[in-house]
Amino acid sequence: MSTKTKDFKENIARRRKIGNIFLALIIIATLVGLLMLTILIFDITVKGADWVSPQLFSNYHSRKPEKAGMKSAIVGSIIVMGLTGLFSFPIGVGAALYLEEYAEKNALTRFINININNLAGVPSIVYGMLGLAVFGRMFGIFGPNSWLVTTFNLPVGQNALGGLEFDLFGFSFLHLKFPFGRSLLAGALTMTLLILPVVIISSREAIRAVPNSVRLGSYALGATKWQTISNQVLPIAMPGILTGIILALSRAIGETAPLIIMGAFTYVPFLPESIWDQFTVMPIQIYNWITLPQEEFRIHLAAAGIIVLLAVLLSFNAVAVFLRKKLEIKW
Amino acid sequence: MELENLSTKIGIRNYNFFYGDFQALRDVNIDIPENQITSIIGPSGCGKSTFLRSFNRMNELIPSANVKGEIRLDEINIYEMNPVELRKRVGMVFQRPNPFPKSIFDNIAFGPRVHGITTKQVLAEIVEKSLRQAALWDDVKDDLHKSGLALSGGQQQRLCIARALAVEPEVILMDEPASALDPIATLKIEDLIQELKEKYTIVIVTHNMQQAARASDYTLFFNMAEDRAGYLVESGKTIEIFTKPKEELTEQYISGRFG
Repeated sequence: MSTKTKDFKENIARRRKIGNIFLALIIIATLVGLLMLTILIFDITVKGADWVSPQLFSNYHSRKPEKAGMKSAIVGSIIVMGLTGLFSFPIGVGAALYLEEYAEKNALTRFINININNLAGVPSIVYGMLGLAVFGRMFGIFGPNSWLVTTFNLPVGQNALGGLEFDLFGFSFLHLKFPFGRSLLAGALTMTLLILPVVIISSREAIRAVPNSVRLGSYALGATKWQTISNQVLPIAMPGILTGIILALSRAIGETAPLIIMGAFTYVPFLPESIWDQFTVMPIQIYNWITLPQEEFRIHLAAAGIIVLLAVLLSFNAVAVFLRKKLEIKW
Repeated sequence: MELENLSTKIGIRNYNFFYGDFQALRDVNIDIPENQITSIIGPSGCGKSTFLRSFNRMNELIPSANVKGEIRLDEINIYEMNPVELRKRVGMVFQRPNPFPKSIFDNIAFGPRVHGITTKQVLAEIVEKSLRQAALWDDVKDDLHKSGLALSGGQQQRLCIARALAVEPEVILMDEPASALDPIATLKIEDLIQELKEKYTIVIVTHNMQQAARASDYTLFFNMAEDRAGYLVESGKTIEIFTKPKEELTEQYISGRFG
């Protein structure tokens, strides 16, 4: 009898030891991540904190490091992200609503689902090439010798690129240019495609999380499907949807390759005045500085640029957290 | 079931219900009397809730559902009606209270709003009337903008009843409305149902036989056959079903020998 009791106790001690070792391992795993982040922040602060000055925000890029700033890049990033959010919200949420609330569970829907999941993993540079072909050049159908131009005798520009410009319905503020070329519009549309799969997936999660009892209660009162969705489902899902979009945008703000491919510039000594204007964004500006030989650019200004980018990123995430808390439904 | 001089509110003829290939209800023929409380009893899985949900076509929300036979509301085939119109006339209260995550006012005003009532004054009147009918007005009249979820379980269920009453239905379906509530809240709901019977036809599914015996006028007893399809065993006045049932199965169920 006493031998049995002794064995029992020893087992507990051993189990506890294994548990402690596991706890230590996962604490170390967390610390590794934290350590890397700390090193990064420390490093760029040392290199760049002194160089975060008002002129960083008020000046354009210049060959003289003392005069260089990233004004056009900051404004470009903000406009691109704003437009991307504007485009991806209705398209992404609309698609998510269709897939969750309307689509039948058949092979076609499964096919769409698989494709959206795959698209979320496609490298961003591919989206850059897609954006260039579809929005930037529009497959060349507005070139001077294309079938579209010759068939309809469109008044395209005289140079090799052609291009159609006109005022929609005669309003000068609805001035349109085809193709979209290297403009903010083309950049925003490219980024929209990039984040759309992620927006759809996270919106679907948010919609799916709405308890079905709410839908049943609504239908039982005689509400139509759309009334149920707009009055009950969407308001409950909105915090999750918004968080998803803001997080997708905060990833997109750091994307360099797709925008370089579709034609964002590196040197933009002016502020864009319309969505048809050329532009640059913060990661491209930072990348440009890193490639310059002078230490002031390569190390200090680049680090300062990274600090600004991280600050914008943090504020995006803070907005996401704030909105989520504010709009959350208390069950 | 003989309805004496009561009129039929809902007539069911040769009703069969399938979930895909599985038959859940077989050949149900019955009349539900107007302005009476009809309870549906039977063992688990015998199709009581499925039968109840047929009256307001909520079963259609399940993709594989299909139906044979007829259900008529006041002589009109419910499958020839617009489901939105049907559900306005036939309301439902669920087993677990499910108030919307909105204010008490907005919970009740939702029904009238989706049916086109937008005037604030009219909505306020409807809200007050519904809350009074559901015996909840005194509890909540001081703060109608409090969240519906802040109420107790019994109050939430009365809120759901008020919500159903706000669209002025003719029939109220209740699927075990008190099973998630404590005994005192249950009694309040039962009293409320007795009051509502005057103006509405009530059909209530219940697992609780004592509740069926004391709270209803007519009872339908369903059972599950060997192939798991539900069928109507016996129907009649509650007092007769519980004191002198005609079928042996009924007698066995009532005395607790199965189910």
